[in-house]
Parts: sequence; C-alpha cells; structure tokens
Amino acid sequence: MNDEFRYLLTRAARGKLDRRAFLGRAAALGVTSTAATGLLSKAVLAQGPRRGGSLVMGMQGGESTNSLDPALAASQVPYVYLRVSGEPLVNIMPDGSLDGRIAEEWTASSDATNWRFKIRSGVEFHNGQTVTAEDVAQTLRRHSNEESQSGALGIMRGITDIAVDGDTLVLTTDGPNADLPYLLADYHLMIQPNGGMDDATAGIFAGAYKWVENEPGVRHVLEKFENYWDDSAGHFNSIEMLVINDSTARNSALQSGQVQLINRVEPRVAGLLSRAPGVTVESTAGRGHYVFIMHCNTAPFDNNDLRMALKLGINRQDMVDRILRGYGSVGNDMPINASYPLFDDTIPQREYDPDQARFHYERSGHSGPIDLRVSDVSFPGAVDAAQLFKESAAAAGIDINIIREPGDGYWSETWNVQPFCASYWGGRPVQDQMYSTAYLSTADWNDTRFFNDHFDELLLEARGELDQTRRKAIYSEMGMMVRDEGGLICPMFNDFIDAYNDQITGWVTNPNLELMDGRAPVLMWSAE
Amino acid sequence: MHPVLTLVIQRLALGLLLLLAASVLIFVGTQILPGDVAQAILGQGATEQALQNLRAELGLDQPAFTRYFDWLFSALQGDLGTALSNGLDIATSIGGRLQNTLFLAAVAACISVPLAIFLGLLAVRYRDRWPDRLISAITLTSISLPEFLLGYVIMYFFSVQWGLFPSVSNINDGMTFLEKLNAVALPAIVLTLVVLAHMMRMTRAAILNVMQSAYIETAELKGLRRFTIIARHAMPNAIAPIVNVVMINLAYLVVGVVVIEVVFVYPGMGQYLVDHVAKRDVPVVQACGLIFATIYIGLNLLADIISILSNPRLRHPK
Repeated sequence: MNDEFRYLLTRAARGKLDRRAFLGRAAALGVTSTAATGLLSKAVLAQGPRRGGSLVMGMQGGESTNSLDPALAASQVPYVYLRVSGEPLVNIMPDGSLDGRIAEEWTASSDATNWRFKIRSGVEFHNGQTVTAEDVAQTLRRHSNEESQSGALGIMRGITDIAVDGDTLVLTTDGPNADLPYLLADYHLMIQPNGGMDDATAGIFAGAYKWVENEPGVRHVLEKFENYWDDSAGHFNSIEMLVINDSTARNSALQSGQVQLINRVEPRVAGLLSRAPGVTVESTAGRGHYVFIMHCNTAPFDNNDLRMALKLGINRQDMVDRILRGYGSVGNDMPINASYPLFDDTIPQREYDPDQARFHYERSGHSGPIDLRVSDVSFPGAVDAAQLFKESAAAAGIDINIIREPGDGYWSETWNVQPFCASYWGGRPVQDQMYSTAYLSTADWNDTRFFNDHFDELLLEARGELDQTRRKAIYSEMGMMVRDEGGLICPMFNDFIDAYNDQITGWVTNPNLELMDGRAPVLMWSAE
Repeated sequence: MHPVLTLVIQRLALGLLLLLAASVLIFVGTQILPGDVAQAILGQGATEQALQNLRAELGLDQPAFTRYFDWLFSALQGDLGTALSNGLDIATSIGGRLQNTLFLAAVAACISVPLAIFLGLLAVRYRDRWPDRLISAITLTSISLPEFLLGYVIMYFFSVQWGLFPSVSNINDGMTFLEKLNAVALPAIVLTLVVLAHMMRMTRAAILNVMQSAYIETAELKGLRRFTIIARHAMPNAIAPIVNVVMINLAYLVVGVVVIEVVFVYPGMGQYLVDHVAKRDVPVVQACGLIFATIYIGLNLLADIISILSNPRLRHPK
C-alpha cells in the first residue's frame, strides 16, 4: 500500500472523500475495487462510529395489525422498533453480561428477594418529560397487571411488590431470584411516561429514536432524538423500516441498494446472497431452537421408552445439513446450548441410533402409527423436517404418521393442545427463564406437559443460589433430566441470518436475538 | 317509461340485492374461521388470563345475529368501526390503502386496456399471419406464468441488473405524482402482462365473429381500408363481450393483486386484508369484503349497462 493510497483511504474513512471518488482514484492507482472496498470498510470500522446518514431497513415480520403498545408486540418488526425507540431498564450484552440503561446500578438483598434499582438521572422522554422512578414503577405495574394483555405478564408474575424510594425502584419477589435483572431486559418492558397508563400507543419512549410516521405493516419512520442520554448509540439521523415480508423481495431490495439492512435471510439463499457484490451475510448462533414436542402425560407418550425411542430415532446432523443448510447446530433434547451462561459442555451429545431406538420402541410395547402434527408455520422447513424424521424413525421400525395442519390457527388449535407436534422456541437470555417458561410444572407454556417435582425444586434452588459453581451443577442436572425424561425432541438450534450492504458498518455478533438483539439500527453507522 | 331505463333500474336493484347477500356471506364466513381472535392477536405467547381479558373486551360473547345487524347498520352509515388488533379507525386505514390500490389499478388499466384492444384489432387485421401469431404467443406466455415468477423475473432485470425502477414500490403521501408513477412502474408492468391476454383474445374473438357478417363484406366491396373496417364497422358491434371482459379484468386489478402487492411491497388492500385475516380481525375483514364485493358488483353492473346501451335494438325500440 503506497502513501497516496493510504492518504486516500484515511480521507475516505473520515468521510472527506466520497466513496465513488475513492474507488475511482484507487483504481487509478491500480487497486481493484474489491480490494479497495475491503480496505475501506476496515478503515471505516477502525475510525469508529460516525454520526449522520440515514438507514433504510427491509424487514420480515410486520403486519397491518401491529400496535405501538409495547405490551402487544409479538413479531419481529414491533420487536425492532421498540428496541430502536424505547429504552429498557437494562440491556443484555453480547457476552451475556448486563448493561444498565434507565437503571444506573442495582443491588440485591443477600437472599435475592429484594432488589433496588437506582434510576439514571437526566434521561428524557421524547415529549421532554424527565424519566422518574415513578414512570418505571408504573410501567412495570401495567405489564404485571393480571388484566393487562402484556406479552411480559408471564415473567412479571414473580414480582409481588413494586415500590418507589426517591430515585430508586424497589422490587420484591415471591422467592429468591438471582436472575431478576435479566428478566427486566425483556423488549416489552420499555419505559413509558406514567407507564403508558394514559395512552399506551402514543409512541412516547426514552430511546435513541423518536416516532415520525407509523404505518403498520407498511413503513415506520423514526428520527434521532437529540436529547438522548447516551452518545455511544444512535448514529444515523433517521431510520426507516420497510415491511418486506417476501424473502425474494427483501434480497432484491438489498442487492439494488434500496435498503441497507435486512433480517431473516433464508438458509437456502444465504450462500448465494453472500456472493452478491457489496453484501455481507451475518450468521449468528443463538438460543432459538426447532422442536418436536410430546406431552409426557398423554398416551402413548406417557411411556419414557417410547419417548426415548423417538429421541434416538431422529438424525440431527442430517436436519442441520438439509433444513438449516449448515446455518445452525445440533440439539441435545434440552432447550439449552452453549450460548447460555452456565452451560455444562460435558453433557454427552445424543446421536442417531436406530438399533437403540428399536430396543426402546420394542420395550415400550407400543404398536401402530404415531401421529405427528406439523405445519408450514411450525418453523421454516418444518414439513420437510417431519419427512426426514419419518424416514429416520422408519429405520428403527417406528411408524410416524404426518398430519399437516393449516398454518392459520396452528398456535391455538395444535400447539400446546395436541400431544405430538412441531414447534419452535426463540430462546431466553438465561437458563432459569427458559426452564421457568416451559418446563416448570406450573408454567402456562409447559408444552411438553413435563411434571417433575424434583426438577421444580432444583429450579427454585438454582434461582436463589448465588454460588455460580453450585448453580452450574444444578442446571447441568436439570438439563440431563429434560434430556433423558422430558418430552422434548430438539434436533437443532437455528442461527439468525441477517445481511447488510457496504453502505453501513459496525456489526457486532450478538447471540441474544436477530439484528444484534434488535439494536443493529442503533449501534451500526453509515460507511459513506 | 323508456325500456332502457327500466332495464337499468332492474339491474341496479339486482345489484343491491346481490350486495346484501354478499354481506351475509361475508359475515357468516368470518364467523366460521377456525381459531380465535384473542389467541391470534396475542400470538403463541398468550396466557389464559390475557386471552380471557381480551375476549371480554372485544365483546365476542354476544350472539352472531345481533352483531350482524349492528355491523350492517353502522356500515351503511359509513362507520366501519375500529380494528380489534391495533385500535385504529378502519375507515381511515382503509381509505389510504384503497386509494393506493385504485391508483395501481388505474395505472395498470391505462396501459393494459388500450394496449389489449389495439393488439386485438391488430391481430384481426393480420389474422393467421405472423403478427397475429406473435401477439398471441407473447400474451399467452405471460398469462401462463405465475404472477410472482413474472414479478421476480421483471424485478431481477429492471431493478437488480439495470437499476431502472425501484423493486420496493412503497408509495406515501410525501411523493409527487411522477415519483409515485416511477414507484409503481414494475407492478404496473406485471399486472399489464397478466391481464393483457384475456382482454386481447376476447377482443380478437368477438371481432372475428362479427367479421363473418354480410355488412363487412359490403364494406370491403366499397373499397375501405381493412383496419378502418375493423375499427369503425366491426368493433362497435363487438362492444358487449369486450366490455364484459374488460370489467372483469378491472375488478381483478382491484381485488386480486395480493401476490403482486407482496412481491413489490405495495401498501394496497390485498396485504391489508390478508394481515387482518391472519389476526382474526373480523371487523376489518368484513369491511374489506364489503368494499371488494361493492367494486366487483359495481363494475359488472357497469358492464351490463354499457352492453345494454350499446345495443341499438334496446336503445331504439319500435
């Protein structure tokens, strides 16, 4: 690299020279545009975030029915626009640690039942009001109200008292809970003035971007909130989110430069898309997993030998290769993988073993076909995955009968109702939350009907345990119980696949959820 | 009373009756959808308590009969209610979407209807020779391809490769008329290709039918130019079947383009309706159904009336 090129590179990275001029001059110096682009994006990244420019995103998962009320958010577009416009108490960092946002710092009583969160001073809502501890308390009260329709109601159940002490929020839980701050990072719990009790859909939050236009299912336009408290986030002047539910349309929009960032790239085209000029495809191993679930209390699945036969009769690697095209990793019949804190990596991986499966199947005494219900909406490629399962199980003498259910109404008529069906989980930030949500005997979504008193005791014990070594040992034991006795067949953990073009930079891998836990628009910056 | 007026009034009355029947069907249809509104709104993550609260709030506990008449009378007064899922006023939301749908349909119609009729005339003029064969081959190929494939192919060349038009046809109020035209160029082209064949073939067939008549032979013997004969003498007598086909295609451009809307991310009625069906947002589905039925019945009514008026025997009774 000669001096002149280095000079050009620095100027381009600082934004003093526009990109096209840079590439032209680089070509004059004999540097190919591919090489120059690569060097430029490295130089821009090294320069650090730059204010300015606008971001246009193309996103899957938005409907005309979306609301600005954070309580009702359930799909990807509301999830990201809440992350962009809202400010929670805490965020979960890529390494699994916590980052205080509205909460500046927090302390727990020694038994982890009483938590004090100091509210950061000088944080402003988009309407100019200052965020107070009372606003935070009201927000949590709205979401924990039994009459609310909040998606966060389940995780708020354990909080018995919400009080304010000056600039401090005081939470009391019904039992020890060492992970409570993690629960408060939930995307529904964006702080609103007076907790949104006056008008939950007003779109007034305390995040880096404020609302300009809201056309549900079409586009959402936000602009930088100038009084945002944190200078290290919110680099674009404005963010426009276009709802593009069709995969091909999303890819085309990225390739033609109409959008700079897209989510949900389909595994089957991810390889092709990454070869397009100027496009970077990011695959992030996360905690989401695709599952086949059996009700442990319903015949014939109340027999552990039959459950074990089905678990041994599925070819996990084959599914990762064919359904995920390699963008994922094999599951181990428990909902936890290496992306979770306190994961025990010494638990042996379960392999496809038709002989063992046949042995367990014969010992269960079951005969005849086993109905498996599946739909296109169960997870992407679910119907094909069920076919693979049927074939691999047939080699062990097990007859799986696939029943295709309509996508419409699948989550109310089939999932959590029928004894054997396909489904997916998005994962949770910590093991406690995952197990409490779906494996505790009393959980609303105990979709495998797993009732095990010892497991429940261990879960509660781990929740209050502040010794991390002991806690890890308990989680390991619980994982083994689900793996060997539960109704979960977990063949694979899926990666999140997002893509962006060379007009933006600053990607950081974050396993929490897609698009850098929904904060890519706030943390990335313009490369032009 | 003039017999034409009687006929037109009869048609109008029949149309209204049909609309009423359609409203009953729409209402019954939305009632027998599987699943439950509350579950669909709150998604997989809903708890039983949240579901019960929402159901009570939405008034789903009242009998269907009462709800039908409440709905019909408010709809007649222009009050379509509020959407269950996001609490927005339906008339306002639909207004914008309907405007977009009509805009795209109008652009597509302005290109496709004159083009189809002109190509039809041309095909008759060069019947069974290469221009006729070429026109038929191209239009039949484009109608035989699935819409989404046609959309992707056109998007690939016009947007990704050549960069002529945007692949995302998002339009909003802040755009000028020309910007909007540029935005809808690709979907309008695809829609034109989709509806062209039907109208063009019908024009060709209807005119060829008339071309067998004796008075056409007279015109030929008078020494008129062949294209003049087709356009001035044959075409007026073939109006009725052509108008019917044109109206069916116009109705299609308004009510049947959801696939194109999805592919080109166009904020029209189709996507709006599908989203709300998925969420069991019954008031919106009913409102959309009613509007679609009105447009369909209205356009067909118009076709009938034009056919009646174009018939001299009805216009000038003895």
